[in-house]
Amino acid sequence: MSILIIKNGVLDTLQDLGRDGYAHLGIVPGGAMDRVALQVANALVGNSLSEAAIEMHVPAAEILFEETAMVALAGADLTANVNGKEIGTLRPLIIRKDATLSFGKIKSGARIYLAVKGGFALDPWLNSYSTNIRAEAGGFKGRSLQKGDRLLLKQKNDHLFADDAFVKGLPWFANVAEHYVKHTIRFVPGLAYELLDTVSKKILQTKPCTITRESDRMGFRLQTDALHLKKQEELISTAVTRGAIQLLPNGQMIVLMADHQSTGGYPVIGYIAGADFSSLAQLQAGESFLLEQTDLPCAEIALLKQQMNLQQLQNACNFRLK
Amino acid sequence: MFYPTPHIYPCGDHAIAISFGNAIDTSINQKVISLFKYISDHPPEGMCNLVPAYHTLTLIYDTALLKKRDPSASVYETMRRHIEAAIEKAAAEKSPSKTIDVPVCYDTSVAPDLASLAALHSFSVEETIRLHTSRPYHVYMIGFLPGFAYMGSVDEKIRTPRKGNPRTLVPAGSIGIAGEQTGIYPFDSPGGWQLIGQTPVQMFDAKKEDPCFLHPGDEVSFYAITLNEFGKMKNA
Repeated sequence: MSILIIKNGVLDTLQDLGRDGYAHLGIVPGGAMDRVALQVANALVGNSLSEAAIEMHVPAAEILFEETAMVALAGADLTANVNGKEIGTLRPLIIRKDATLSFGKIKSGARIYLAVKGGFALDPWLNSYSTNIRAEAGGFKGRSLQKGDRLLLKQKNDHLFADDAFVKGLPWFANVAEHYVKHTIRFVPGLAYELLDTVSKKILQTKPCTITRESDRMGFRLQTDALHLKKQEELISTAVTRGAIQLLPNGQMIVLMADHQSTGGYPVIGYIAGADFSSLAQLQAGESFLLEQTDLPCAEIALLKQQMNLQQLQNACNFRLK
Repeated sequence: MFYPTPHIYPCGDHAIAISFGNAIDTSINQKVISLFKYISDHPPEGMCNLVPAYHTLTLIYDTALLKKRDPSASVYETMRRHIEAAIEKAAAEKSPSKTIDVPVCYDTSVAPDLASLAALHSFSVEETIRLHTSRPYHVYMIGFLPGFAYMGSVDEKIRTPRKGNPRTLVPAGSIGIAGEQTGIYPFDSPGGWQLIGQTPVQMFDAKKEDPCFLHPGDEVSFYAITLNEFGKMKNA
């Protein structure tokens, strides 16, 4: 009961919803960059929403199914295909034993999630399956997947094919449109927001930010007109969290992503609204977006709405899979 | 900016922070650590992480879970009330700190910046080692890397700024000085601190249930060992 990595992608790692409870030891939660996509992929195959899946970037891995398995893809659309036949994302698929899953051109997004029904058989590290590459722990051997890696599946799938097809899609899809706000990302102001001068606040409201090439799972470096504080302050390091928008000494911003450091000393001008974090995580280097100010009450409600939608999707999928 | 302390403020829609004053100071950090220990022992529902730093404590929570319990209530305000109650209770409790002895080899073969740092302050290498080992250090926080302890305060006589040009590879176990801080690199990693020694003790071991050797609030004493002892302890 396994799948085999025939060719690894640029960064294929096992991720779940992250490792809570250890940030005070410098071990940040990590986990999926796009938590919505991870949960959607899991819901589609009837898993717990927090089950670990493979997060892949471009180029993504080529995977041989050594056993028939039910899977789902969510997040980016990278022209997935099984033995050359294009398959869609956002629906449950049954992939036959000896078939190969591979990927082509990017149609949208930046990272894709592959969930298998029942999940991957892995040992948890500190209560999570997320890969912490820095600590060389968690996920699959604490590292990104390499050619020749074999991942065991927890559950056997005894689906029988009536014909000689390699892949079969089940007849339902997840609609995720409302989770992705695309190119307007909301933020809640942080302590340093009031320290920005008037011109800088105006820039923040009106000028698009471009995601630069120096962006990865640790942080997204943004390029826009330089921002200035009314007065520079020497700051003492504090804990920092996912989504914090730090202002660098050169006037540019960096948004902390899943694998950020646990502490930092740059002024924090705002925080990406939790409900929009997945939208940001799916933007590629070179893409631009507008920051839009929101407040705590709206941001909290948006997060609740998002989670309720994901639970409804899970209920609907479980009902159909019964 | 000046705020009366303790100052409580939101960090986006998923975290809340408390500041006890704007300085690197053990008495301020003790308040942080006391509250950290109290809340760790009495975690509010929905708490995901609790992170002490020099002068702040940050509590990260699961907003969707808490909002679902009571959609009409502000999750931030609920957390704020928890924290205010905890501050009062934590102040009444004594939190004893753990004292940990850490062996350090100050041989120049594993201390590339020791001779230049000593020369900069016109001390002999022996006197510099004596100054580094003569006082206990307080672990203010763990950050930067898993298990990297920020400790202070280094004797004013040997305080030295970070290197202008950081090294691309600092070996695991290296002891560094950066201004009034001293720290130990848990992994081979890039780094800009002045390297004055190396410990054979493993600061981070993923295989252990508690992977970190040092914790926030610990008191650390360094003692000098020879290169021979260093080799033996490292291979033990």
